[in-house]
Amino acid sequence: MSAGNTQLSEEAKDRYWVKTRNLTFIALAIWFVFALVVPYFAPSLNSVSFMGFPLGYYMIAQGSLIVFVLTIFWHNWAQDKVDDEFGLGEE
Amino acid sequence: MNGTFIQNLGRVYGLYTGGFVVFVILMAILEQLGVSAQTIGLLFVGFTVVIYAVIGFLSRTMQVEAYYVAGREVPAVYNGMATAADWMSGASFVAMAGGIYFGGYGYLAYVVGWTGGYILVNSLMAPYLRKFGCYTVPDFIGTRYGGNSARLAAVIILVVASFTYVTAQIDASGTIAARAFRIPYEYGVWIGLVGILLCSMLGGMRAVTWTQVAQYIVLIIAYLVPVFWMSNVQGFGLIPQFGYGEAIHRITELEAQYGLAKAATAIPGVSVLTTPHVAPVGDLAEWRFITLALCMMCGTASLPHILMRYFTTPTVRSARKSVAWSLLFIFLLYFTAPALATLTKLQLLDPNLATSIIGKPIADVMSLAWIQNWSAVGMVAVADQNGDGILQLNEFFMRPDIVVLATPEIAGLPYVISGLVAAGGLAAAMSTADGLLLAIANALSHDLYYKMIDPKADTAIRLVVARVLLLIIGAAGAFVASLHLTGILGAVAWAFCFACSGLFFPLVLGVWWKRANRPGALAGMVVGFICGSAYLYYVRSGGTPILGLDDVRFGIIGMSASLVAMVVVSLLTPAPDAEIQRMVEETRIPTGKPILGGAH
Repeated sequence: MSAGNTQLSEEAKDRYWVKTRNLTFIALAIWFVFALVVPYFAPSLNSVSFMGFPLGYYMIAQGSLIVFVLTIFWHNWAQDKVDDEFGLGEE
Repeated sequence: MNGTFIQNLGRVYGLYTGGFVVFVILMAILEQLGVSAQTIGLLFVGFTVVIYAVIGFLSRTMQVEAYYVAGREVPAVYNGMATAADWMSGASFVAMAGGIYFGGYGYLAYVVGWTGGYILVNSLMAPYLRKFGCYTVPDFIGTRYGGNSARLAAVIILVVASFTYVTAQIDASGTIAARAFRIPYEYGVWIGLVGILLCSMLGGMRAVTWTQVAQYIVLIIAYLVPVFWMSNVQGFGLIPQFGYGEAIHRITELEAQYGLAKAATAIPGVSVLTTPHVAPVGDLAEWRFITLALCMMCGTASLPHILMRYFTTPTVRSARKSVAWSLLFIFLLYFTAPALATLTKLQLLDPNLATSIIGKPIADVMSLAWIQNWSAVGMVAVADQNGDGILQLNEFFMRPDIVVLATPEIAGLPYVISGLVAAGGLAAAMSTADGLLLAIANALSHDLYYKMIDPKADTAIRLVVARVLLLIIGAAGAFVASLHLTGILGAVAWAFCFACSGLFFPLVLGVWWKRANRPGALAGMVVGFICGSAYLYYVRSGGTPILGLDDVRFGIIGMSASLVAMVVVSLLTPAPDAEIQRMVEETRIPTGKPILGGAH
């Protein structure tokens, strides 16, 4: 079991965690919309055409998946910035 | 080559990929020279399995850190590839496009669920578990909540979920091996198992990691080549994934024209197309979509063979990075599966295409080579049930599992492509089976044997125990698989539901809720797992599903019970002591020493 091994003050740790948590909530909100809300309404989106596809079908077969990939890359980029700001970056 | 293996990864796998492409070209030349299809299939399967076994042998180790977590030196991109292979099972590779072909809208829930889950892995789990420095998932539960009871509960759930899953993978490798070597399925299963164990026995996680990278390269090439080829033949452009919208409209038109009717007389084991390609069918279709997707997503974030891959990276930041790469590599296959299902369906249905069979005279269809080959093994059937001599849509029967394997033949591609697809399917099934067997054996050897039974055991004994367990579990898996209890897909969905019922909330709240304590976690695991399993038993024994939650969605019941039990019991019992609370805070800081020391 290791003791506290970072130089951060308790107050800085709290601020760091608030920022990290907020980023996580944004990622989860995007996830909720594209994983659950959009598929739920996919049948009614099918009347719209997108790149030649019915939009609802496009979203569940491809669109939501692209959003998931972009979300993770964005989330990690933003988290890296927060880590660096608090001197917790490592590379 | 100069430098260590890790420094030369790019060159090693570049050479390997080039070598594989040369091998495929060589097979194509052999085919033109008149070598039989059977020999080419055998060479594909034999050659790739030998390569994996060589990698497994070269990665042998007697060090604990290398055996359990590949020495924690796997770079993010390679860990992403290894995770993608670990993740994409026989079900994803072989069965998914077939499922979309026959299941339409409802089935796409798997596509959304098996990709969206990675957002949960990335934001809720992977970085924190990596910081923790554990060897296995029960290791985290056991340390965070303290006490052997929590650790044991986690081990039991892990074994049930992973074992359900691994039998399906051994089943799939056995099926492919049986076809390639022309032997009965019962023997094929054992041959498949030998291949799987060759990759993991000697080198544990290190060997599995480097074979999985090799297996990913084979499986993604094997999946993409036929789709690109078909698309260019049918005129949907160079990159079919973005251009097949027209095909969807055409299929909808053709479905209306032919009519989607049940078969006059059903044939066991094979089905006719009755579900529309796009529109949802049945009551609660949207609700059933999102509940299935949710079970698959939370299951993704609780399955130990996936979570433990993120223990192998050097840092917390590289663990996060490798989740992003994993999803990108998985996405390449998952956004291709609907394209493959659509293009294959169109080429059977559309009378303007030379490959179409619907609406053609029965006698002509019966004389096609691929119809004859697959009917001979009972995977395809053509029956003129209305007696008009013309093949109707509801007179063409096919087993959903074979859509991917049969597509190259349906499209009239050379046999070398079928051999390639078989090698890809085998790579997918083997890599997942490896990861699962290792997750089970490691939990039993590290958590049950070392942490609970004999904490003084020395390194050599621990690693021998780990390998013996691997052998026993593999044999048990092959034995169960040879009994052929459930179809490939059912077993996979169950594994996800078992995992999320018992493990999702104890894992998430372990990081995100300091107040969570041992009695709460125990209640969460036990109540969630028992409620989920009891509901599965109720539905399977003929009970009416509540709100359309059938046997592949029992995770919803299990997770709800788990959450309620865990929160209520945690709040009714004393908060965890200051040391545990500090440990949770420490887990949230990405740098610094891990919570668990190097060789624990």
